[in-house]
Amino acid sequence: MNARRTARGLSLHAVVWLIAAFVVVPLIYAVISGFKSTGELTTNPFGLPEHWKTGNYTGILGDGMFWRQIANSAGIAIGTTCCTVAASAMAAFVLARYAFRGRELFYTLFTIGLMFPFAVAVLPLFLLLRNFDLLDNPLGVILPQAAFGLPMTIIILRGFFRTIPAEVEEAAVMDGCGKFRFFWKILLPMARPALGTVSVLAIVASWNNFFLPLLVFNDPKWQTIPVGVQQFQGQYSTDYALVLAYIVLAMVPALAFTPSLSAS
Amino acid sequence: MPSSVAAPAKDKDPAEERTGGAVPVHSHAPARSLPRELGSWASIAWFLVPALVLFLVFVLAPIAVAVHTSFFKWGGIGSMDDFVGFENYTRLFADQVFLGDMGRGLYLIVLSITVQLPFALFTAVLLNQKLRGRAVYRMLFFAPYILSEVVTAVLFTMIFLPGDGMADHLAGALGLEGLQGKWLADPSTVMPTLFVVMTWKYFGFHMMLLLAGLQSIPREILDAASIDGAGAWQRFRYVTLPLLGPTIRISVFLSVIGAIQLFDLVWVMTAGGPNHSSETMAISMFQFGFKRYQVGYASAISVVLFMISLVFSLFYQRYVLRRDLSGAVTTGGGR
Repeated sequence: MNARRTARGLSLHAVVWLIAAFVVVPLIYAVISGFKSTGELTTNPFGLPEHWKTGNYTGILGDGMFWRQIANSAGIAIGTTCCTVAASAMAAFVLARYAFRGRELFYTLFTIGLMFPFAVAVLPLFLLLRNFDLLDNPLGVILPQAAFGLPMTIIILRGFFRTIPAEVEEAAVMDGCGKFRFFWKILLPMARPALGTVSVLAIVASWNNFFLPLLVFNDPKWQTIPVGVQQFQGQYSTDYALVLAYIVLAMVPALAFTPSLSAS
Repeated sequence: MPSSVAAPAKDKDPAEERTGGAVPVHSHAPARSLPRELGSWASIAWFLVPALVLFLVFVLAPIAVAVHTSFFKWGGIGSMDDFVGFENYTRLFADQVFLGDMGRGLYLIVLSITVQLPFALFTAVLLNQKLRGRAVYRMLFFAPYILSEVVTAVLFTMIFLPGDGMADHLAGALGLEGLQGKWLADPSTVMPTLFVVMTWKYFGFHMMLLLAGLQSIPREILDAASIDGAGAWQRFRYVTLPLLGPTIRISVFLSVIGAIQLFDLVWVMTAGGPNHSSETMAISMFQFGFKRYQVGYASAISVVLFMISLVFSLFYQRYVLRRDLSGAVTTGGGR
């Protein structure tokens, strides 16, 4: 019995290891290749580097353009998150806690947005942004991203706001607290965990967005990391090791969010 | 005025049941009625307006713009005055590349459901067992989902590079010389290769959804089945799988929507090539809209893309998800 259990445990581990290899090998390949020269990548594709060459990584880290792209991505992610979470929290508040005519209509309208693939809207969005003179302007990326983030954020926040007992609000009203103060001083602090979740979702979605920044920003000074990665690959297409080093560095900030999203 | 507005909320909101909610949400007890002086239109509007304006201007208005533009022949600059009626649409449905785009979308959807989903389910079941380090494995398998599509695409472009890429070296070592130099570069292998990359990137997300579903199955039901003599496979087939139904249906929905709008991965890896063999609808739209300056025609593609997602979503919600809406469905953060 014990031997059978051990055998079963071992085969279980073997299978998990196999899947883990499928996921990890490409990532490790990229990290290690970043320490090689492109010539060595051809002669020695799988082994450890003969000489650990740090020049690829340090060269990129010393490049102002890389940091510029990081800063752009971070700024746009923060702007998007603030807009979408603020607007969603306000809307979710009244949609969750007040009875008024048309409430479900508004809610359904927002949830319909979930069905619209971003790709559908991107061309007309570009035409609109051009009319608004928002091309080569961070707002041209922030506002549409915030708008497309609304449905998911409103659904999650409305669900959460509904779990806060009505007694809390009644007590606040008794004490002379108005709707705005209740929202700001009591509801939002109570909703901190939910606000954290939706913020992380918004940050990651913005950080990884490629299609919109690609279209809106012509001027390289506004380029975000995904656009920068693509440009870099085009520019240094023969220096494979350098390109791999670049994407490894571009991965790091997004991977930092993995634990907070996978804790279930 | 306020008295008519702030009618006390009934305990069960009939409007909610009628619309069904476009997307399943966790069911909660409805908020109880509040003192009516708080329910004035002005303050409700004040809270609703920012989200509403954003949504109307940047989500709904583009759809209207696309529909309007799709009836014109227009290069994107100058006045739009060459009205052509449905010509862009008739041209679209006679275009072999676009018809191929739809076929390729279907191909990816079928593979997602028949290969990626079972693989994700298998992994979820595996990581739902007692296993040392399973939290680490869960995080690891989920990590590719967090990476941007572009980083993933460049990574795999490098791996599948003809001649110097890891895949060619690996194929050589395994005696699969027939594959060398092909992968993304050959029309016969590009779609399967693309699907492998998609699985690498997205199976962890579906695994997480399914894990959440598995964890919501009460232990007692499985124990009861054991006592009745059900073996491991029977427990899975007749207890776990049916109870996982709602989660599986959400997972399928997200796979389909994802395949319909696929752009970033393909654009960076192959740009739709070689010779249109990996082109998707979104790639066609981008090519015509931003490279060939046939904005009217590209708008028609957008509209068709929109109609496909809309019809699919409504149909799916009406006939497949309906029975789940009141149940415990987990929704994920994926688009």
